Formats: sequence, C-alpha cells, structure tokens
Amino acid sequence: MQLTNRSKKVDTHALQGMEKTYLPGILKGMAITFKHMFKKVPTIRYPEVKKPFSSVWRGVHILKRDENGAERCTACGLCALACPAEAITMEAAERKPNEVGLYREEKYAAKYEINMLRCIFCGLCEEACPKEAIFLSNSIASANYDRGTFIYGKDKLVEPVTPPSEHVNVFEEGYRKQWMKLKK
Amino acid sequence: MFKVTIDGVQTEVEPGTSILQAARKIGGHHVPPAMCYYSKLKGSGGKCRVCLVRVAAGSEKDPRPMPKLVASCVTPVQDGMVVENLLSQEVLEARRGVVEFLLLNHPLDCPICDQAGECHLQDLGFEHGREGTRYQEGRRTFKPIDIGPYIKLHMTRCILCYRCTMVADQLTPNRVHGIMWRGEVSEISTYIENSIDNEFSGNMIDVCPVGALTDNTFRFKSRVWFTKPFDAHRECPTCSGKVVLWNHGNEIYRVTGRKDTYGELEEFICNTCRFEKKEMGDWVIEGPRTINRHSVIGQNHYDAPYQGLLKPGNKRSLMAAKTEEVQN
Repeated sequence: MQLTNRSKKVDTHALQGMEKTYLPGILKGMAITFKHMFKKVPTIRYPEVKKPFSSVWRGVHILKRDENGAERCTACGLCALACPAEAITMEAAERKPNEVGLYREEKYAAKYEINMLRCIFCGLCEEACPKEAIFLSNSIASANYDRGTFIYGKDKLVEPVTPPSEHVNVFEEGYRKQWMKLKK
Repeated sequence: MFKVTIDGVQTEVEPGTSILQAARKIGGHHVPPAMCYYSKLKGSGGKCRVCLVRVAAGSEKDPRPMPKLVASCVTPVQDGMVVENLLSQEVLEARRGVVEFLLLNHPLDCPICDQAGECHLQDLGFEHGREGTRYQEGRRTFKPIDIGPYIKLHMTRCILCYRCTMVADQLTPNRVHGIMWRGEVSEISTYIENSIDNEFSGNMIDVCPVGALTDNTFRFKSRVWFTKPFDAHRECPTCSGKVVLWNHGNEIYRVTGRKDTYGELEEFICNTCRFEKKEMGDWVIEGPRTINRHSVIGQNHYDAPYQGLLKPGNKRSLMAAKTEEVQN
C-alpha cells in the first residue's frame, strides 16, 4: 500500500569506477554537513535564554494576595477536592484579631502543600477556587535531585509581598492597573 | 384515612397529617424542602415558607383550589386533596423567590463555613436559587460568639428558623437562650451572655439547617467532605449513644447524631457523646455510614462493596456474603 510519493527506493547497485574510491559519497556527505552550518539553530541555550510562554501556559502554582497584601486563600479545600491527582493538602486555622491584615478571611490555610511530583498541571484547582487565590503561573517547577523538595509549602507558593508591577507573572494586567491606580 | 394526591401520586394518611408528612410518606423528588420544619420538634414549621405548595383541590366535598400557595408543613390534609409541588410552575417560581429572600442576609462564605457540604440552605440554593444576587444593600453582620464551651454562634448566617430555641425548650429543662428583638433585627441570644451547659444542648448544632451554630471542637479542623463517616455506638447512661463519627484516619474529628433522608436527627444525643468521647476506644464501630452518592461527602466514600460483586453466581459475592455473616 502506497501512502505518499516520498518513499525512496534503496539503491543497491554495485559500485563502479570512481565510486569505488568512496570520494564522491564522502564529498556529498560533507557538503550536506557544511550546508547545515549556515542554517538557523532550532534549539536555545536554556537557562540563559528562555522562550516566551503561551498566555494560557499552566506552570507552577501561586497563592495570590489581595490588593491589601492579605492572603486570599481561605482553606476551603475545593482545590484539593477538584485535584484529580490528589496533590494538594491543607490545614486550616482561625485568624486571630491581630492578623486581619495578613489573611483576608476569618479562616486561612496554616499549611498548604502541593506535591509537584503528583501535580499534572491541569489547572482544575484554579477553576475550583472560589476566592481567586490559586493561579497557575508561567514558570516551571525547577528540577532537583531530592524528591522531598518537590513538596511545595506556603513558603514557595505564596506570592511575595511586592508591588504587582514587579511580578514575573504578568497575566493579570487589570490587577496591575488597579494597583497603579491605588498608588496614585 | 384520608386520600391525598401529591404530584399525581396517591397515598392514604391519618387525618391531621400535614401535607409535608404525607409527601414524605410517598418520598422521592416530590417532597417539598423544609428549612424550619422539624418533625421531632413541637411547634416548628411555618416560618421559612420554603415548603409552599399549590393545593389544586381542597377536598372531595369542596374541590375548589386554595386561593394562595400554602405552607405544606403546617397545613393538614383533607380527604381528596390534590396537591401540586414540582408540577406547578407557580410553586417553583415562589420557591425561587423565597430562597432569594432567605439569602438576603446570608453571607456567601461557604468556603469558610464548617456546615458547607451538609448545609440545607446550600442544597436549596443550588436547586432553586438564582445564580447571582440582586440585593445591593449591605448584609447584617455579627461577630461569632461562644455560647457555652462547645458551641459557636455566628448570627450572620442565621436564617431565624427557631429550631434551636425549640431544642432548648423541649429537650433541656432550663432554657437560657431564645430570639431577641423582632423582625429584621431579631437575633438568637443567650440570657445576658449566659453559657448553655445543658446535657442536650449540643443537638442545636445538628438541628441548625445552616452554619449559624457549629461545633467548637470541630471548628475549621477539616472540611466535611474530607472526613469519613462511620456509624458507631456506645453505652451511654443519658442518651441512646447511637452516633456518626466523622474520622480522618483513626482520629475522630467530630461526633454527630444520625440524620435521616430529610436531615433530621433520628435520636438526640448528649453532650458527653458529642464533645467528650473522641477516642476510638470509646466507640463500637458498626460500619461506614450510607451517604447519598450525589452528596459531596460521598466523594471517595465507599459504604458498600461494588454492586457487580453481589450478582448471584459471582464467587466474590459469596465471599462478601460470608464476611457479612461472620460480622453479624
């Protein structure tokens, strides 16, 4: 059955005359190699050079803060429930009166862990979240030799307290504009 | 015996039965929901208006329809009555309105609330509510307070069904809490911050249809759907001792009474069983509790062997039967 016209017959004829010296074959091969030296390189030098991600790329999770810098996550457990890989665990705690600026709601996640080895980056946690607290950012979980380091706790997940203009994640353009407005 | 037809299904009930009870006798989808009515509490019902139904024919003698929708929990049946619940568009429309009113002052804090997952208002809103709110005014808010060492009262979530005050009235000898003020500003309160320490006061947690009264020993410990329910019992001098344990592994997170299909307690349990017996050694486990598979609590909860295993002729079904025999 012939599927395409691109199949080539294998040439098995006996070598004759000049061909017996192998020179024409060698020169032909070297010409091909030489041609490749002027072609565009398809690869990049990864850690130094990074390719831009698609705007819908789902990378490592980030636990967002609200406009006042308080953690949005209220440990409702819906992300853990939605997670098909069962990668998320959390422990809730009650907010104390002097912690109002730290946590947005009455209840907060005292412990929040995502096992990056289990995570399949499907983004269902992001969809399940009623508080717009968890997002999949556009960075990759870094490689490591130690399996234990792949359990990301709040120290790695919670967004650092910096003005959003300095964020690596620029997927929330509107959020940034809002911040600039607040600053004025 | 009176003949009643509810959504086209006929049944016979004793005179004096309410429409809701008659519907529950039939069972299934056509039972009107109830937020304030509680069959085990005298005088409950008639407050939330969620159970409104249309009476298409009053009785055999006088088959005219009733002019307005009636609350099925407090309206007694008459012979030859024809009731429409889900079949009537008018009822569904009215119920949607009632749910909207119930949610006027109810905060949208299900992610925080411990009742989420077993909340009747949540189910009701899911079934009959609209997607967004049209209410623009601020909701009334209160600070959560402790009434007694074990019960947390968060008035913000209260829908004023009066069930808890009836528990206090009918189960405990000294009533120390009730509803203060009137109308929109009414709230549940204790007598000058008196604590509630009656032996059966914990039942008001189970009786509360929303998360206004919650268990302080379970507060924010886990979501309901991450705990596994087991039927268990113990020898208790004050109550029946038949409870449901909500476990996380071998740790008992919460103890509640056993609730039937309509979310009502089968038996009221005492505070000792509910709050103080949290060791596995205190209880005799009967087995996993049957949970409606449509409930979020049913997630990853298996209460019976897979049905396919029980087919006759299946080797493993014999084994299952044998294990059951041994257990019994």
